[in-house]
Amino acid sequence: MNFQHTEDRRMLADTLNRFVSEQYAFATRDRIAQSDQGYSGELWSRFAELGIIGALFDEADGGFGGGGFDIAVVFESLGRGLVVEPFLDTLIVGRAIARSGNEAQKAVLGELIDGSRIVALAHGEPDSHYELSRVSARAERSGPTWQLNGAKAVVQHGEHASLFLVSARTGGDDDSDAGITLFLVPRDAAGVSVRGYRKIDGGRAAEVTFDNVTLSDDALLGTSDAGFATLEYAIGCGVLALCSEAVGAMDVAKDYTLEYLRTRIQFGVPIGSFQALQHRMADLLLEIEQARSAVINAAAALGAERKLRERAVSAAKYSIGRIGALVAEECIQLHGGIGMTWELPLAHYAKRLVMIDHQLGDEDHHLERFVALGR
Amino acid sequence: MDLNFTPEEEAFRADVQAFLRDKLPQRLAGKVHGGRRLTRDDMAEWHAILNAQGWLANHWPKEYGGPGWNPVQKFIFENECALAGAPRVVPFGVNMLGPVLIKYGSEAQKRHWLPRILDGSDWWCQGYSEPGAGSDLASVKTTAVRGVDAQGEHYIVNGQKTWTTLGHFANMIFCLVRSATDVRKQEGISFLLIDMKTPGVEVRPIITLDGEHEVNEVFFTDVRVPVENLVGEENKGWTYAKYLLTYERTNIAGVGFSVAAFNRLRKIAAKQRRNGRPLAEDPAFAARMARVEIDLENMKTTNLRVIAAVAGGGVPGAESSMLKIRGTEIRQEISSLTRRAMGAYAQPFIEEALHDGFEGTPVGPDEAASAASLYFNNRKLSIFGGSNEIQKNIISKMILGL
Repeated sequence: MNFQHTEDRRMLADTLNRFVSEQYAFATRDRIAQSDQGYSGELWSRFAELGIIGALFDEADGGFGGGGFDIAVVFESLGRGLVVEPFLDTLIVGRAIARSGNEAQKAVLGELIDGSRIVALAHGEPDSHYELSRVSARAERSGPTWQLNGAKAVVQHGEHASLFLVSARTGGDDDSDAGITLFLVPRDAAGVSVRGYRKIDGGRAAEVTFDNVTLSDDALLGTSDAGFATLEYAIGCGVLALCSEAVGAMDVAKDYTLEYLRTRIQFGVPIGSFQALQHRMADLLLEIEQARSAVINAAAALGAERKLRERAVSAAKYSIGRIGALVAEECIQLHGGIGMTWELPLAHYAKRLVMIDHQLGDEDHHLERFVALGR
Repeated sequence: MDLNFTPEEEAFRADVQAFLRDKLPQRLAGKVHGGRRLTRDDMAEWHAILNAQGWLANHWPKEYGGPGWNPVQKFIFENECALAGAPRVVPFGVNMLGPVLIKYGSEAQKRHWLPRILDGSDWWCQGYSEPGAGSDLASVKTTAVRGVDAQGEHYIVNGQKTWTTLGHFANMIFCLVRSATDVRKQEGISFLLIDMKTPGVEVRPIITLDGEHEVNEVFFTDVRVPVENLVGEENKGWTYAKYLLTYERTNIAGVGFSVAAFNRLRKIAAKQRRNGRPLAEDPAFAARMARVEIDLENMKTTNLRVIAAVAGGGVPGAESSMLKIRGTEIRQEISSLTRRAMGAYAQPFIEEALHDGFEGTPVGPDEAASAASLYFNNRKLSIFGGSNEIQKNIISKMILGL
């Protein structure tokens, strides 16, 4: 038993923390997050140069990390800085390609790691409500090609991705694991339309529609009808990343709030001297440590067999969903009126913490999933 | 980062499991698993078995008869014992007084009292709380006045202690007493060892809401205590008291107890039925169970992280307050779900079924007799050892710096 990160991971975290605090300070972050682009091409390249993207992938795939704890270390640092760059979908799509891609497709991994290509997962749909196997978008065989039709919801950085990983139904019922096929679809393919928008917590996303998009077998990732296992695995990596990001954001939110409790004077004393507020803060601290443990459990299980891995992943996302919203709400409340302002960085941490619960399955979804996986 | 135990730790765990398989009497494990009440003899029997193995005083250094375990080994031992259904070690002598004597006692006191703790010659209880000194422990009013008579120097003790757990089994009590009144309240407290057979000591039972006799009131009327029974220096008792309270809290989260209790709950929920199917498959109940299971999985790792920090030379401080709060909340939630799982059969109170020698026909499911009474008994967890609110005060002050 050992709860120390390896030397390499500690160095990675140090490097990234320093870079984020120097180059991605809140004013910069806010400008990027609210920009028309929704991320910074320049900073994305510099993250790539630092090797941060490479840390998310195995050596065999051109990276130099790829373990659960590599993902955790990177995303925790990103969470501390509320970084809005397209790390999450790079991880998810990249891990799916690394797992199931052919040699030609794996060439994309190099472009991900060097920052030259933006990709996005186009899986969730307007009516899927986080359900992993509910896929209504359809791909139908017509001779040597596939015809893809369907709508995908809230695709992260959808306007700027040059390649989508798309889930489509090629068989089975709309909610069955079997019959899901994964495709790599170029943004510039005929019939792909993208409607982008801002997100409430910064950055951008898009509704992506596929209207009679013609694809060759080269676009197929893995085997047809058997995409679910890869999808589940890649999204599991993404869930771990979101959970780690949340812990980083929680730590910062907690620090801001503690500082406020120590310095805000009312009734002639710092408000942190009031027991009603002290106990709420003590509760938060305890919950955050439980969240941190949940992330450790999930990171440790990422290489385990499916049921163990997915149960740990869902346990973590459930924990993060519950605790993230709690931290957000309590930190706003403990700040009082000032916590309601756009100007205060804390408010943006709170928004991000709540919105993490809306990505890749919320608290309720993962609790149900945890129960179902235990049967 | 590695959540697995090392091969050495796994080997240690196998040793502990083998010991429990060989030496833990099935009769005792059955009573613990069934939530039935243990007698003094049951507890003494388990102490003697552990002592024969050299594992009773697992917090003590080797030179005093401890096994010399590190914090991880203690965690493994305590967990395996809980999972196997071993009776809980009665902590007052072994885990509380022992470490205080080892750190602050005189050589003569160590030579005399420590072996008697190990071999069961003495059964200790704790004289801390008073009717007016609960969370505000430093307000103890029981007085000790120093004097001299024909037999030598002594204290005369007057006052009352309360919530004295298993005081009715004990022959010795360690007490916080007020020995000076003209100073700050923390500076006038002394730590005395009192023989309960001394004239003027009276023990009266307190029956708790579950019908059990576990705690007592202890009254002192002109009780003569020889001055040799003062631990450390006069008026320095608060230091020793705090040391005792924070000492070796590796098991304060009670993760092993929670896992054992959750395993029982899982079996019960598989048998009990609702809407024609097992309770474990009822969405509402399954969600309640899953919430506490996840919290417990997280707690295990939190607990191990704190232990690893201690083993790595870190300071175990107020982190134990976090373990205490959440660990007890989890134990309480599991006993609450166990009670709920009994449905209407939580109501019958067949107290005889909780004791040895009951040969009647149980009412309802096997676990029904103990479910509600254990639930009510476990309300104590968030109150004793420093209430959970006091633990939050400690966290605010020591960790958050508020």
